[in-house]
Amino acid sequence: MANIYAYIEHKEGVLDDTSMELIVAAKKIADGPVTAIVTGAGIDAAAQAAAKIYPEVIKLDSPALAYPNAEVIRKALVKVLPSDAIVLVAHGPFGMDLGPGLSIKMDSAFASDIVGIDGTDGNLLKIVRQEFGGVVSVHATCDISKGAVLSIRPGAIGADESKAASGKITDKTGEAGDLSANRKFLEVVQPEAGDVDITKADVLVSIGRGIEDQENIQIAQDLADAMGAVVSCSRPIVDAKWLEPARQVGTSGNTVKPKVYMACGISGSFQHLGGIKGGFIIAINKNPNAPIFQVASVGIVANILEFMPALTEKLRG
Amino acid sequence: MEILVCVKRVPDTAENEIVMNSAGNDIERDDLVYSVNEWDNYAVEEAIQIVDKVGGSVTVVTVGDEDSDEVLRREMAMGAEKGLLATDDAFSGSDCKGIATILKGVVSKGKYDLVLTGAQANEGYGAVGGMLAAMMDLPYASLVNKVEVKDGKLVIGREIQGGSQEMNEITLPCVLSIQTGINEPRYVGIRGIRKVSSVEIPQLGASDLSVDGGSVGNAGAKVRKVDYFVPEKGKGAEMLEGSTEEIIDKLIEILKANGGLK
Ligand SMILES: Cc1cc2nc3c(=O)[nH]c(=O)nc-3n(C[C@H](O)[C@H](O)[C@H](O)COP(=O)(O)OP(=O)(O)OC[C@H]3O[C@@H](n4cnc5c(N)ncnc54)[C@H](O)[C@@H]3O)c2cc1C
Ligand SMILES: Nc1ncnc2c1ncn2[C@@H]1O[C@H](COP(=O)(O)O)[C@@H](O)[C@H]1O
Repeated sequence: MANIYAYIEHKEGVLDDTSMELIVAAKKIADGPVTAIVTGAGIDAAAQAAAKIYPEVIKLDSPALAYPNAEVIRKALVKVLPSDAIVLVAHGPFGMDLGPGLSIKMDSAFASDIVGIDGTDGNLLKIVRQEFGGVVSVHATCDISKGAVLSIRPGAIGADESKAASGKITDKTGEAGDLSANRKFLEVVQPEAGDVDITKADVLVSIGRGIEDQENIQIAQDLADAMGAVVSCSRPIVDAKWLEPARQVGTSGNTVKPKVYMACGISGSFQHLGGIKGGFIIAINKNPNAPIFQVASVGIVANILEFMPALTEKLRG
Repeated sequence: MEILVCVKRVPDTAENEIVMNSAGNDIERDDLVYSVNEWDNYAVEEAIQIVDKVGGSVTVVTVGDEDSDEVLRREMAMGAEKGLLATDDAFSGSDCKGIATILKGVVSKGKYDLVLTGAQANEGYGAVGGMLAAMMDLPYASLVNKVEVKDGKLVIGREIQGGSQEMNEITLPCVLSIQTGINEPRYVGIRGIRKVSSVEIPQLGASDLSVDGGSVGNAGAKVRKVDYFVPEKGKGAEMLEGSTEEIIDKLIEILKANGGLK
């Protein structure tokens, strides 16, 4: 019988949405009880919230765990979990920090950014992943006979929002051992506010790597002006310093909810899409196979460097 | 500071569209153009900038075949002093743990204060750096977007959600995985690459690295790819077709209907 554990992320007593997703992933691996792991300092509210989703909850509650430092949590998990544990984490900044090292210390398998689970074939877990930013998918197997650490892409597997469980909370802080590490958390620095607030815009003209050159940014600005819209962008545009960080849409940027989101030369990686919450998406891309066309309402296959100026022209009349 | 940067040769998605082969079980690999993994360029640039400030040298390493030599030379043209090519038939088919095991052999043979990797590569694992650190019992931080050397330690920033930055202090030696945007990788021209074209790059095999061939490569892999595929298309977007003019007219109607024009 598989021992499946889900590491629950939370902030100020509120669980991350992925807490309702990891249990769905667990059920696709094996039918049986799944245990939530909640760590932090003074975390009764979070543990109780987890107990509404999971039949069992392990709580590690110590001032040393006040900030989720993956290096410390890894040490604690190695002590507390059985060696054949299957540990699920969300594939985000914390899971990426914890997962690979934990699998080494547990001497178990590691598979990351899983978007689908097709059950098991003996000891092999059948998983689905993506490569090249979502352009192609891959069927893969992961040998879970000696346990595994699996990171699950947020939003990919569905959520169980029933909150029907009344789980038992067990405090295992006493078993966690030494909670020191050679990496010490200092502080969280908030991003600087920019001149524009893309989160308040009704209409966004958003550009990606397809804009090709810094000089072409003006093409997007002209179109946005003609539409009464604001220019936003994908991450490579900010990395190249062509636009300021405040204009970035995505998991490591802003979350936007415009009426219309026009994605121009953006492929549609999950980190980018993670920042678009609703709205009518229009995608313009020269590659008919770009993943963005799977989530857009309207798609146009075109070279944006020609299409955008033509549209601007027409709108100006 | 002696810095080792791990780099990977990957298909360049700016130079070629990734498409399925005719058998429908793999990507089309003929005529692919390769380059250095985007993240690794940022890692090499960061290493060079650190060395510029505090002294030391940068070594780049890759696990790959003979063709991977070219990415090492590219990074040497950027300013890395030495290149190492870990290559052996036994290495082929390695999963991330296999690659980390081989890199552990490389790290153990040198004396490095800092090991850098990219945050992730083309396959999107984001795994090698964290695994290598844990194997070597070194402290680790992922998604690093700021590095400052301070009193024999590092103060580092990690990228977390929503553009926030998590600041940490980390002891040396350590392993960091570097996120894009941390710096602006310098441009290398053909001339720069020509300059390093005759520099000797040592090749290291399993026995040189004291790596047990059975623990790496396809034999040691716990994660194995079965096939590539393109998922059944769902509803997908309503594709606008016709001449550019027709498309624009339709689009303007759609924009008006959805509040997309002011
Ligand atoms: C931890 C982490 C966090 C991240 N956070 C974010 C984030 O918050 N936001 C974000 O956006 N990304 C984020 N990323 C990066 C993300 O994974 C992708 O690399 C990025 O979103 C790709 O941006 P893009 O679509 O502009 O570029 P690409 O993926 O390179 O796509 C460019 C597209 O433009 C098309 N194109 C090219 N030329 C033209 C043309 N002339 N006309 C029309 N189409 C053209 C191409 O067909 C392609 O589809 C993050 C990555 C990591 C690892
Ligand atoms: N074959 C390889 N040789 C050297 N370094 C690698 C190799 N594969 C991955 N890496 C390093 O590990 C990082 C993360 O890759 P991955 O875990 O495959 O997503 C890359 O950015 C490289 O720094």
